[in-house]
Amino acid sequence: MGLEKKNGVSKSGAGKPNLSVQIGGLKLKNPVMTASGTFGYGEEYAEFIDLNRLGAIVVKGLSPLPRQGNPVPRIIETPSGMLNAIGLQNIGVRAFISEKMPFLRQFNTPVIVNFFGDNVCEFEQAAEELSSTNGIHGLEMNISCPNKQAGWSVFGTDPKIMNEVVTAVRKKTNLPLIVKLSPNVTSIATMAKVAEDSGADAISLINTLTGMVIDVRSRKPVLANKIGGLSGPAVRPIAVRMVWEACRAVKIPVIGLGGIMETDDALEFIIAGASGIQIGTANFINPLATIQIIEGIENFMIDEGIGDINELIGSIRA
Amino acid sequence: MLEAAKGYDPLLKRPLSIFRYNDGIIQFLYRIRGKGTKCISELRKDDVVQLLGPLGNCYPQPSGDFIVLAGGIGIASVFSLFEKYPGRAYVYCGSRNCEELLMLEDIKRLAKEVCVTTDDGSVCRAGLITEPFREFIESAAFSNNPLPIYACGPNPMLQVLSTIISDKKLECHVSLEEVMACGVGACLGCVCKTKSGYSRICKEGPVFKIEDIVWD
Ligand SMILES: Cc1cc2nc3c(=O)[nH]c(=O)nc-3n(C[C@H](O)[C@H](O)[C@H](O)COP(=O)(O)OP(=O)(O)OC[C@H]3O[C@@H](n4cnc5c(N)ncnc54)[C@H](O)[C@@H]3O)c2cc1C
Ligand SMILES: Cc1cc2nc3c(=O)[nH]c(=O)nc-3n(C[C@H](O)[C@H](O)[C@H](O)COP(=O)(O)O)c2cc1C
Ligand code: FES
Repeated sequence: MGLEKKNGVSKSGAGKPNLSVQIGGLKLKNPVMTASGTFGYGEEYAEFIDLNRLGAIVVKGLSPLPRQGNPVPRIIETPSGMLNAIGLQNIGVRAFISEKMPFLRQFNTPVIVNFFGDNVCEFEQAAEELSSTNGIHGLEMNISCPNKQAGWSVFGTDPKIMNEVVTAVRKKTNLPLIVKLSPNVTSIATMAKVAEDSGADAISLINTLTGMVIDVRSRKPVLANKIGGLSGPAVRPIAVRMVWEACRAVKIPVIGLGGIMETDDALEFIIAGASGIQIGTANFINPLATIQIIEGIENFMIDEGIGDINELIGSIRA
Repeated sequence: MLEAAKGYDPLLKRPLSIFRYNDGIIQFLYRIRGKGTKCISELRKDDVVQLLGPLGNCYPQPSGDFIVLAGGIGIASVFSLFEKYPGRAYVYCGSRNCEELLMLEDIKRLAKEVCVTTDDGSVCRAGLITEPFREFIESAAFSNNPLPIYACGPNPMLQVLSTIISDKKLECHVSLEEVMACGVGACLGCVCKTKSGYSRICKEGPVFKIEDIVWD
């Protein structure tokens, strides 16, 4: 029995470790989700990976009405990262329900719908329509998108306004409600606590960090929108620190994301206290990233003799 | 989408047209523009690279003769048409200077007629390729026997093309470029304006009917 490790997990794979996690009433077969805006509506990656294997699919952010988005250029690469200013282009809640949900319902993977609005009323409207739709398992509120000009980022950066919008949405839905936090704040712990106190079932972080690139020859900003959101490996240490701080501030589950490219990156977030993780920009570089990370986490647990992922969550040592 | 480097800088894959495909060998023809293409140029024999593709659509099949308008490295996207349909293409090919004029001998061999310009006049006719192209389109010979047009090159060239043919009912397809992240339609980074709103160049394109494009 030399191969046996604690909890009956062995290197021979006799007992598979438990990867399933519970996030705000939502049971996921593993902690690995896709990050909103980087995985389309699921279809785009279905020819590369088996969507049934994912912990959850988080779709591109939706608003009550369709949005055109920003002019191009919308993206520019930066050192180990990228800036985007897509401008929240989306097909709108109604078209999503009629055109995209039939496809997503085929899979036995929970669908989490990321949504936003220009004002509290739009947030409520989107939440209400999505909540009455069959096959949607959870909602993720984007109160943090830095892509919109004047006034948009206030939802996620002002505690009072955030409290108002989350409280309002909470009243409109019985689905697990995840509030996605903006990193563009002074105290992430404060914002995490506000989300919890306003009725969130879980929080996810981080959304993109606001950034800018200037073309020195033309002396113009490269993005048509001038500023954009930074993502990719460049943001990871910031994201890990913020997730760690948020986990200490709240009791609700925390979903960690920001620059996760491979297994060890995901494990950092889990050890910092995240019950779930999301893969964003990595999908662009490696469409198999989600699946490889699920397998990588499982292998890590086998190697370390960990039988249940819940033992790993928040297991950070001093 | 071709991997530019191992590791995360450069991070994103780079979109390149399939210049040639033969017996399991894919060839690319590219211009070193920045960091990504520089890294790709440093690849050596037996290096392993990741490729995501083929992605997007391609030019429709011409039924008879056809016209190609190519600016700069745009030639990479249309070249396979010459090989597939030898002796049928009227080629209008423009370049900044003679160094950037690529594959000219092959084009001459495969095309029905070739017209070349360089911006600086270092070889062939000086000026923009859209000028001789305009003369051809406006000639009586062409009006009597209109042909489909395929074009790839910088946006200003395509815009001139669209005004040249605007009042003529011609079949014209253009291949567009935009900075890309995913290449599969997920990020919505690579859009172009069309009559029905934004379209994804990597998914609905890169080849579009010119009349569907809205130029800024
Ligand atoms: C569908 C498609 C097919 C293409 N086929 C070819 C090909 O066959 N051969 C070839 O040489 N090139 C081709 N290109 C262009 C090529 O993708 C870019 O030159 C390359 O991505 C530049 O990367 P870089 O890292 O070298 O330059 P970067 O450092 O990323 O950029 C250098 C400069 O080029 C601009 N730029 C970057 N990417 C693009 C782009 N896609 N379109 C327009 N401007 C851009 C940047 O804004 C910057 O000003 C194609 C592009 C598309 C979208
Ligand atoms: C192209 C792109 C589009 C995005 N769109 C959304 C969106 O619609 N809603 C949202 O909440 N976050 C959006 N995000 C943010 C990501 O979900 C994620 O929070 C961020 O990219 C950090 O993770 P990453 O480094 O793994 O990409 C987008 C990110 C990118 C790169
Ligand atoms: S490159 Fe992502 S949608 Fe085209």
